[in-house]
Amino acid sequence: MRAIGIILAGGNSHRMGELSRKRAICAMPVAGSYRGIDFTLSNMSNSHISKVGVFTQYNARSLNEHLSSSKWWDFGRKQGGLYVFTPAVTAENSNWYRGTADAIWQNLSFLKSSHEPYVVIASGDCVYKLDFNAVLEYHIEKRADITVVCRDVEPDFSVERYGAVRLDSNMRVEDFEEKPLHAKTNTISCGIYVIRRRQLIEMIEKCAEEDRYDFVRDILVRYKDLKRIYGYKITDYWRNIASVEDYYQTNMDFLKPEVRNYFFKQYPDIYSKVDDLPPAKYNVGASIKNSLISSGCIINGTVENSVIFKKSYIGNNCVVKNSIILNDVYIGDNTYIENCIVESRDTIRANSRYVGEDGVRVVIEKNVRYVM
Amino acid sequence: MVKKEMIAMLLAGGQGSRLGVLTSKVAKPAVSFGGKYRIIDFPLSNCINSGVDTVGVLTQYQPLRLNTHIGIGIPWDLDRNIGGVTVLPPYEKSENSEWYTGTANAIYQNLDYMESYHPDYVLILSGDHIYKMDYELMLDFHKAKGAEVTIAVMPVPIEEAGRFGIMITDEDSRITEFEEKPEHPRSNLASMGIYIFNWKTLKEALVAMADQPALDFGKHVIPYCHDRRAPLYAYEFTGYWKDVGTLSSYWEANMELIDLVPEFNLYEEYWKIYTKSEILPPQYVSDSSRVERCIIGEGSEIYGEVYNSVIGCGVIIGKGTIVRDSIIMNQTSIGEGCEVNKAIIAENVRVGDHVLLGVGEETENELAPHIYNQSLVTIGEKSIIPDGISVGKNTVIFGATSQSDYEGGVLASGKTIIKAGETH
Repeated sequence: MRAIGIILAGGNSHRMGELSRKRAICAMPVAGSYRGIDFTLSNMSNSHISKVGVFTQYNARSLNEHLSSSKWWDFGRKQGGLYVFTPAVTAENSNWYRGTADAIWQNLSFLKSSHEPYVVIASGDCVYKLDFNAVLEYHIEKRADITVVCRDVEPDFSVERYGAVRLDSNMRVEDFEEKPLHAKTNTISCGIYVIRRRQLIEMIEKCAEEDRYDFVRDILVRYKDLKRIYGYKITDYWRNIASVEDYYQTNMDFLKPEVRNYFFKQYPDIYSKVDDLPPAKYNVGASIKNSLISSGCIINGTVENSVIFKKSYIGNNCVVKNSIILNDVYIGDNTYIENCIVESRDTIRANSRYVGEDGVRVVIEKNVRYVM
Repeated sequence: MVKKEMIAMLLAGGQGSRLGVLTSKVAKPAVSFGGKYRIIDFPLSNCINSGVDTVGVLTQYQPLRLNTHIGIGIPWDLDRNIGGVTVLPPYEKSENSEWYTGTANAIYQNLDYMESYHPDYVLILSGDHIYKMDYELMLDFHKAKGAEVTIAVMPVPIEEAGRFGIMITDEDSRITEFEEKPEHPRSNLASMGIYIFNWKTLKEALVAMADQPALDFGKHVIPYCHDRRAPLYAYEFTGYWKDVGTLSSYWEANMELIDLVPEFNLYEEYWKIYTKSEILPPQYVSDSSRVERCIIGEGSEIYGEVYNSVIGCGVIIGKGTIVRDSIIMNQTSIGEGCEVNKAIIAENVRVGDHVLLGVGEETENELAPHIYNQSLVTIGEKSIIPDGISVGKNTVIFGATSQSDYEGGVLASGKTIIKAGETH
């Protein structure tokens, strides 16, 4: 492969509310059996990128546990591999990562010691499938300095959380606004970039000299007129999960057959860590409508329009509606849950009631679990 | 020097002809079990859970599925620098090349493999039982008794004892006599086909008996050791253990998994069973579905109704279809508006729309009633059943069938269609 991969996985967002207390966003469980970062990792693996660096900072315990072996994504190779970079105190530097560019700068030897001519940079909190080879071909064909993967969004989409990109007829970036309050365009950056490795090293070093730390603000936006920056438009499914609403909606999207087919059935596959759980079990009284159920679950009650993650237990006469139940949750008998996201490893007492009245409610209940 | 205290030799070369068309193309240990597992997962998981990290798997009959399943042993943590899992097929020698002619002959032909680990003890296992067992406890027993050979036994109802190898022991659990499938059993301790040998005893016996045709543990090696007055002990096991060597026992063992609290519980944290997971996504259950008393594997899509059944991974069950008391293995799809009663449907089968399976009167299977009975419909892997077919009880279908194979769109009870090259 002609590129190495960098996954920016350090992020946290207050928009994730209490869900991000436990973990970085890209370690959030998605679609029953996966984690956010699985999509980017699998895309890189499926694009034959064999050397990938993951930059983490915020509460990486859950993420590190997930990445404890590189074999699930086929990165356990002699050539290449999966490298996890957390901030470290060195003789020269004792700072946290002060931004994405700073994270790369603090680990610049990873880039310098590689020999692949290109770098694919991607964030780890998006759900999508993409062949990075196609982006790279495009990048070479356009003789671009930087290629930004972007996507057109609906008029009601909240662009203010993303980078807004204006492209000319030749797809060259005319304007790049980071998180604008009022966007003049409906094209957003997907946070995926292709750049020549030497070019990136040069830009990152310059950035560091000037005490600038952010890849988007201090490189993309500042260089937008100086360098040849091109947009590569994708039209397939792509979603960022960095807010409670988006996270909820992304999971619910998997109840649609076209989304399931696209991710679960069409080649190439998305990989994840294997958990060695038994098949899901449905006992007498179980009633399931339009829901995704993961392995290791035991279900005794009613589940409607919901996504149930691995190893959850749902008691007798329970009703779970329009909700997301994360991994290893125990729900006692006669409990009613609607419009909620129940945090992983929660224990919900019998006869409880949780309803998200206006919008999704995040439920965190650390009761003592007596059973099982 | 490489040294392992105990290594395991897993006999996985048998055909398992009493599983009928299920083993036409795969060895018995590679047959699916319990939704996502294969039978060999149970002894392999027992090995690693017991701290036995060196396992030789002896293969012979139809090993392709078995080989791809085992690979280098990653799912069971048996990918090791020293030891791990090694697949041992029969091989050509400078003289006297032969297949594995019996259980002990297969072990005899791999003396070099065992020798290379300098073991003190060798554990002999077979790949056709469903159980969780700590072999380390059995080894402790073996050492404490000063045994040269320990045979795991389990108490069975005395009326069924005639189907097993029966051990007669003294009050110290020392084996005084044994009988192979006795008409009038004098004990109810049945051999489970699990042995621990002192390496020296095993090697000496195998070399001495090398010329015996079809050298077998139960028939030859154990009697030989007994005749030489080696201390033989019976290790009594009282947990769940199920031989799944016949279609009806295989079906029953699967059905036991769906009890509210099954006797053989896969959901316990302790003593996990590992398998190679090929399919990751969650399963989908639609608006029009009902699922009760069943277990369902990853990535399956259920649009119909499923009761009392064990469904594998990547299975599709169409709208309006009703599945009862059945086993459906990985990657099989059932069309819409079907009725499936008490069927065992192997992997990668395509069943069309409006197919009725397991309907009509009770008639004995004409081809092999000792294999196909209990009203079961048995369908071999990669079979195709066209739309609108009605299939009776005690029936067998194997191969890509078309409308012309079914007179009037019906396969009457007791009938068999086998279209693939090999029969059972």
